[in-house]
Amino acid sequence: MAYVSIADRDHEQEHHDPQSFITKYIWSQDHKVIAIQYGGTAIFTGLVAMVLSSIFRLQLGFPDVFHFVDPTEYYQLVTMHGMIMIVYMLTALLLGGFGNYLIPLQLGARDMVFPFLNMLSYWFFLLSVIILMSSFFIDGGPTGAGWTLYPPQSISEGTPGVNGGITLMLLSLAVFIIAFTMGGLNYVTTILQARCKGMTLMRMPLSIWGIFVATILGLLAFPALLVAAIMTLLDQLVGTSFFMPEMLSMGEANDYNGGSPILFQHLFWFFGHPEVYIVALPAFGIVSDVLAVHARKNIFGYRMMVWAIVAIGGLSFVVWAHHMYVSGMNPYFGFFFATTTLIIAVPTALKVYNWVLTLWKGNIKLTVPMLFAIGFIFTFTHGGLTGLFLGNVTVDLPLSDTYFVIGHFHLVMGVSPILVIFAALYHWYPKLSGKMFNERLGQIHFWCTLIGTYVVYLPMHYIGILGVPRRYFAYGSDFIPESAYTLNEIITIAAIFTAVSQLLFFINIFWSLKYGKPSGGNPWNATSLEWQTPDTPAKHGNWGHDLPVVYRWPYDYSVPGETADFVPQTVAPRDGVVAGRNHGVSTD
Amino acid sequence: MVVAYAIILLVVGTIIFHFWSPWYFTEIAADWGAIDTTVDITFLITGLVFIAVNFFMAYCIYKYRYSPDKRADYEPESHKLETWLTIFTTVGVAALLIPGLFVWGDFVEPPEDASEVEVVGQQWYWTFRHPGEDAVFGNVDIRHIDVNNPFGMDPEDPAGRDDVLVDSNVLHIPVDQPVKFLLRSKDVLHDFAIPQFRVKMDLVPGMITYMWADPIREGTYEILCEELCGVAHFAMRGRVVVEDQESYETWLDGYPTFQEVLDRPEPNLIAGQGAYAVCSACHGADGQGLQALNAPDINGLDAWYVERQVRYFKEGVRGAHEDDVYGRTMAPMMAMLANDQAIRDVAAYVASLPAVYSESTVTGDTARGAEIYTTCSACHGDDGQGIWSQGAPSLVDTSDWYLVTQLHNYQNRVRGYHEADMFGEQMQLMSDILRDEEDFNDVVAYINTLKEAN
Repeated sequence: MAYVSIADRDHEQEHHDPQSFITKYIWSQDHKVIAIQYGGTAIFTGLVAMVLSSIFRLQLGFPDVFHFVDPTEYYQLVTMHGMIMIVYMLTALLLGGFGNYLIPLQLGARDMVFPFLNMLSYWFFLLSVIILMSSFFIDGGPTGAGWTLYPPQSISEGTPGVNGGITLMLLSLAVFIIAFTMGGLNYVTTILQARCKGMTLMRMPLSIWGIFVATILGLLAFPALLVAAIMTLLDQLVGTSFFMPEMLSMGEANDYNGGSPILFQHLFWFFGHPEVYIVALPAFGIVSDVLAVHARKNIFGYRMMVWAIVAIGGLSFVVWAHHMYVSGMNPYFGFFFATTTLIIAVPTALKVYNWVLTLWKGNIKLTVPMLFAIGFIFTFTHGGLTGLFLGNVTVDLPLSDTYFVIGHFHLVMGVSPILVIFAALYHWYPKLSGKMFNERLGQIHFWCTLIGTYVVYLPMHYIGILGVPRRYFAYGSDFIPESAYTLNEIITIAAIFTAVSQLLFFINIFWSLKYGKPSGGNPWNATSLEWQTPDTPAKHGNWGHDLPVVYRWPYDYSVPGETADFVPQTVAPRDGVVAGRNHGVSTD
Repeated sequence: MVVAYAIILLVVGTIIFHFWSPWYFTEIAADWGAIDTTVDITFLITGLVFIAVNFFMAYCIYKYRYSPDKRADYEPESHKLETWLTIFTTVGVAALLIPGLFVWGDFVEPPEDASEVEVVGQQWYWTFRHPGEDAVFGNVDIRHIDVNNPFGMDPEDPAGRDDVLVDSNVLHIPVDQPVKFLLRSKDVLHDFAIPQFRVKMDLVPGMITYMWADPIREGTYEILCEELCGVAHFAMRGRVVVEDQESYETWLDGYPTFQEVLDRPEPNLIAGQGAYAVCSACHGADGQGLQALNAPDINGLDAWYVERQVRYFKEGVRGAHEDDVYGRTMAPMMAMLANDQAIRDVAAYVASLPAVYSESTVTGDTARGAEIYTTCSACHGDDGQGIWSQGAPSLVDTSDWYLVTQLHNYQNRVRGYHEADMFGEQMQLMSDILRDEEDFNDVVAYINTLKEAN
């Protein structure tokens, strides 16, 4: 089999360890360094986006007090906040960051199969971030078209940043997609080709399954965004009419003819919906692993979890128009897309059940990663269930384009993945740094984040049911009661509080880097391969002289008959001790 | 341990918030109770799952908390349990989906007896068109749109001659009569939404979309644009008035058919000049205005804008607020204009006066003013000359002190007080971006620099 031969070849290779600082940390081809570069850049952009949201929340909560946001800036802020968080933060952090770090380590590989391409992927990503951020500094500022960038308004007069901002945004997205494609092909190839001996597909940790399927989704979905971006650029710069119809612009008919704005929406959401799962699936996988490790119990229904990930991935390509129920597309599509959308709820619900059933009869250690994982189950259940409102075409009618939507997607694909990201960062921090973080500080960070975000997003659903539209700079409507403005103030205060409390995380990781206790190689007593590296932090090449050999699945916790409550994947089965009732999984 | 209690508290808190918070659907005004029912069903089913999953999780966290003496159970999978959970979930999802699909079936097929009205959206206001007696809408085209034909009516199409053109952002509809809204956009995407009707639909340039509702409760409801349409998106408001048939017909009679618009005689400048004699007492023979009399510079303003303001003064739409002292003084003057034709004549005469910029009296930080003006320019243009299709007048052709006064009037809700003031609410919302006296002066000082640039 292919993966064996590569592993063997790799075994005989001499390893040229990078020598200078530059090749080690800057132009590095080591997946772990690239992971930190990707993750660090993504977290930086996320901080920028968080600051942007704090600024416009001040405008929304206290319109009479603060002076620094006018409608032009407001639309620029919400647009950049949304796009940065979804693409440049979540996608880049989960796949570029965690994907890079975990794939070789959890699969027993020395590195990605194309290290140079991997490095190139990061530098293209950085370039895309620089292009995007530069739009803050140009005349007219960044685009204020909303993160969905719908033409005609995204490239028409009357929208902020119509001259330079939108061009840079589309260009940046194109560069990001190039970066993603380089990284993504690498992830898929590595997962399929570079697994160590004994690491069958059905012995892969669910983190890898999530990253694997998400990457395939990305490789299939991002091209739709790429062509949409290129066609929009052509409409804007060359004057083609892909998306631009004949219409009035500043009092005169424009020169376009026959373009379809709805075509853009189809392309955008053909990317945009799988994008939800590009973010969600790695989070699903990672949280599964965190839950199993800290509950000292195997993940419940591993095979079901794998098939659920694959099924969700597949279905995510036939639900996109549920974002377009009131877009003016043929309304009969509503029947089809409501049905497919609600079908996708079944595998998703099963995943939630299996996470909770993993806790059932476990031996649960309430570590900081575990707290974040539990928080995730709570927010994801909430966000997933409100998705059943918006996915069901009739229920969507009164709620579409209101604050209900904001509340829903922030809980389900904002807060939930971020809670998983924090779970993961705390979980793998000892492996990354060789130090333990401060437990108490981590707990406070968890409580501030969970309670803070819930106070922000729960009320938004009800403001939305009331009928308050999203993307409004100011309200002033008859049907909005005075109390809703007070609620808005509370939301803003909670949002600022949550944003500021994120400092605890950074204080913790930087403080612990210097003063944290040494963690040892496997502080959580975990079974998967990354915890079995000879060095912590893992050195270049990961595994010292010999590649690991895998004998079992990664969830042998509390196996009856074993003295320890975990059996690493590298431990060969002893005579007479079969891995519990693990039929068909460890014996693949 | 705390986290188990916290999960319970969050769930209980959520339920309390759901039942006791004052923020929920507005009182329904259209016969779409079925939509509310689907929402209720969804709340019930998802609520039960939300409670069950989280309570079970909290129970597990409490019951199976760590102890070094204990071992977790080892059960990789359970086919029986997983099968039951799959069946249970599928049934729940079907119970959510099926009622929704039936209601959607009603929504996509308007009843045969529904009357039709066209909703026209553009940056950033609404207008409406009725098909007239023949119940057929005449053809329209972007190419036909100009200041005299804002609806873009095709003059060659006989079906359009009896169409009633409602050049107002207030739409009246009769109660208990299903109405199909045909949605047309002149420019970008918009979305026609009335929270009390529960339904909404996007307007897409290049095509006609639709939705329908059967209004069951008389009253005035806000129309909101709910698809981001540019910088003034949030200010794109309108109103729909649901009323009895008789009042509705009276309202509709107040608007001209396309034929009546075509039949209007050309404005008569001589007649306009005659009528202007009264105006000149304050605004001056050349329309330069006189600050001492609080009369602004009006020469150079476009006829359509002067016409609209004169009509508003005459009808009491402008000057409706008792604090609009100078606005109120205009009403008796305008009463001298006998009819619409007289209004058009005098507006045309004012527009014909040679444009001479008045002297600048307001000073301020023009760099800051330029920043503020970025938002204003979306309607009033980069050069401050105004854009007719946006309903936005020239700002450079009037007195700068008058701009400051009017911006204050908007912000104090003195101007735009009357709901028939089509752009009043929009300017009120926009004027709110000026926070202090400096902002007013800065932006007007910047507008003054545009005069020099022209």
